[in-house]
Amino acid sequence: MLLGQDHITEEGEFVINMGPQHPATHGVLHLKIGLDGETIKKIEPHLGYIHRSIEKMCEQLSYRQFIFTTSRMDYLSAHINNQACVLAVEKALQVEATPRAKAIRVLMAELTRLASHQLWWACMGLDLGAVTPFFYAFREREAINTIIEETCGTRLTQNYMVPGGVMMDIHPNFQKRVKEVLKQIKEKAHEYDELLTGNVIFQQRLKGVGYLSKEDAVSYGCSGPTARASGVSCDVRKLFPYDGYEQLKFDEILNTEGDSWARYLVRLGEMKQSISIIEQLIDNIPEGDFQAKTKNVIKLPKGDFYQRVETARGELGVYIVSDGGATPYRCKFRSPNFSNLSAIPKMAEGAKIGDLVAIMATVDLVIPDIDR
Amino acid sequence: MVITGVCLLAFLVVLCFFLGYMERKVAAFMEIRLGPNRVGPKGSMQIVADTVKLLFKEGLTPDGADKFLFNLAPFIVVITSMLVVAPIAYARDFQLWDINIGVLYVSSISSMAVIGILMAGWSSSNKYSLIGAMRSGAQIVSYELSIGLSLISIVILSGSLQLSEIIESQANGWWIFKGHIPVIISFVIFIIASTAEINRAPFDLTEAEQELTGGFHTEYAGMKFAMFLLSEYINLFVVSAIAATIFLGGWMPFHIGGLDAFNHIMDYIPSSIWFFGKTFLIIFIIMWFRWTFPRLRIDQLLNLEWKYLLPISMVNILLVTAMAIMGWHF
Repeated sequence: MLLGQDHITEEGEFVINMGPQHPATHGVLHLKIGLDGETIKKIEPHLGYIHRSIEKMCEQLSYRQFIFTTSRMDYLSAHINNQACVLAVEKALQVEATPRAKAIRVLMAELTRLASHQLWWACMGLDLGAVTPFFYAFREREAINTIIEETCGTRLTQNYMVPGGVMMDIHPNFQKRVKEVLKQIKEKAHEYDELLTGNVIFQQRLKGVGYLSKEDAVSYGCSGPTARASGVSCDVRKLFPYDGYEQLKFDEILNTEGDSWARYLVRLGEMKQSISIIEQLIDNIPEGDFQAKTKNVIKLPKGDFYQRVETARGELGVYIVSDGGATPYRCKFRSPNFSNLSAIPKMAEGAKIGDLVAIMATVDLVIPDIDR
Repeated sequence: MVITGVCLLAFLVVLCFFLGYMERKVAAFMEIRLGPNRVGPKGSMQIVADTVKLLFKEGLTPDGADKFLFNLAPFIVVITSMLVVAPIAYARDFQLWDINIGVLYVSSISSMAVIGILMAGWSSSNKYSLIGAMRSGAQIVSYELSIGLSLISIVILSGSLQLSEIIESQANGWWIFKGHIPVIISFVIFIIASTAEINRAPFDLTEAEQELTGGFHTEYAGMKFAMFLLSEYINLFVVSAIAATIFLGGWMPFHIGGLDAFNHIMDYIPSSIWFFGKTFLIIFIIMWFRWTFPRLRIDQLLNLEWKYLLPISMVNILLVTAMAIMGWHF
């Protein structure tokens, strides 16, 4: 998709194409950049390199199947994408997941969020030229993925959610392993601070770079940590709680600075909140069934249904239009990365090439989620 | 003469193999992983395997490139870095070319590398390469000033441009110990500025993989690329050797003026071990920078030079001069 006309045609402008193959775009994002020396004048995102028509595919799949196509959208929060779909289906069927299933879902979602933010932190360092943090973050991320693998069978696209609950019960070792990993993360937290957070070069690269005002964040439809760093309170877990988030104590991390450093701090804070949520739940998983009874062939009543969740990158909305059949009549996903990407040209105005890389790293784009 | 030259080239290539291996192992150590461990004992032949791979790769020249300059650039870069090696003293009485303007020679020849890099970036017909080359022009020209000024501080103290005489002047203690704080400052400035001069992280803006996909050598492949790699490691060795020679006494053992018994014991350690020990210590420090620091932005890089390093080195020169005139150093 081209965003409007091809604007970068002025005489004397130095145009470079960042992507679709570029080390810093983390996928097949294509940014057409108009430069004046090293200073960025204009940015045009060009999309469509990884469009798989997931929304159209959903129309052919039953309500049990279409959930799992969303794992391939934002693959780093695959679990939370699936959760959005099952919640939409449950809302339409007016079925509620069992308490145990809800607790497991939240635990898995927060583990996913933690792992996703860890990958973001790893790539953050990598994008700014520090290779070492990558390996430190992956040490913990791999441990989390191993826990998820034990229960769900896969490491990245878990496909664990079914309408009414989760696909199978948690592994007997689950609680023990999670506690071990949380202990490890807390013990190693100082390494993260020493490697990046406390580094002068790192702070200078981020502070005051990529400013996004509160008004702009709202008007571009930003969500998640990107918007919260500009002072927009938009945590779906707080504002429209689902799956029992209303009973948990956690803070919505807000920052009013709006620069890259604020986005960095918000994500770091969110990792701590995720840990706190997991700690509250891990010993209090209710006993009982892990799945509520649903019919084998799910047919949604006629009408349209919307459910939003907070993924690691922002607000994911699932909109299903049903004509009463066994497959969705129309399916639409509102993905957080698409809106966050649209704010990048604004943030990077007048910045340097190096700043653009830093801004993209703090916005934490996942390209398959933009294109779907 | 020819045999000496061939021996030196062979030595440099072997040295670069070792530095490549060392860099991988240091990186692995910093990054809690093992590093190369399959080819040869403890992975020591990995770099040989890589070289063989590079030898057999196609030396591609892009269609739009200026073919003459494109193919000439790697040679200029590698030749300049090999020329700088000439006046280095590896051990007592083991110096290939004791030119009487050694320090001047080193600083003037090493600044020619920028021509090769600019040539590579310009002739590649790639916009990323061009940006990388322009960055490197600004960077190397700026940081040369600081390097020059920090070298001059020792020239003032020792009263000679000849490397052998500078080493002799440290017989009763290395300059970094004899010269009080001003020499320590110029040593630190030299290390920072030379890291920038040889385009290594955190000053690797000319390559800047995440920004420019490879900078000036984006379009190079095979042996032509290997030459840039070779010159990077030779440069790394050269700046470390120069720092070791100028500030840490080169092959001169650790002497304390007046303590003859102690000095005698130190003399039993071969002078080549002293030289390579010091050089590799500095190489390790520069590698340490690379694997722990994020990269600077271009304007921050130039600010660091023009607003901090250069004024500090200018004031420092005055201090050193005053110290030399008044004889305050040991």
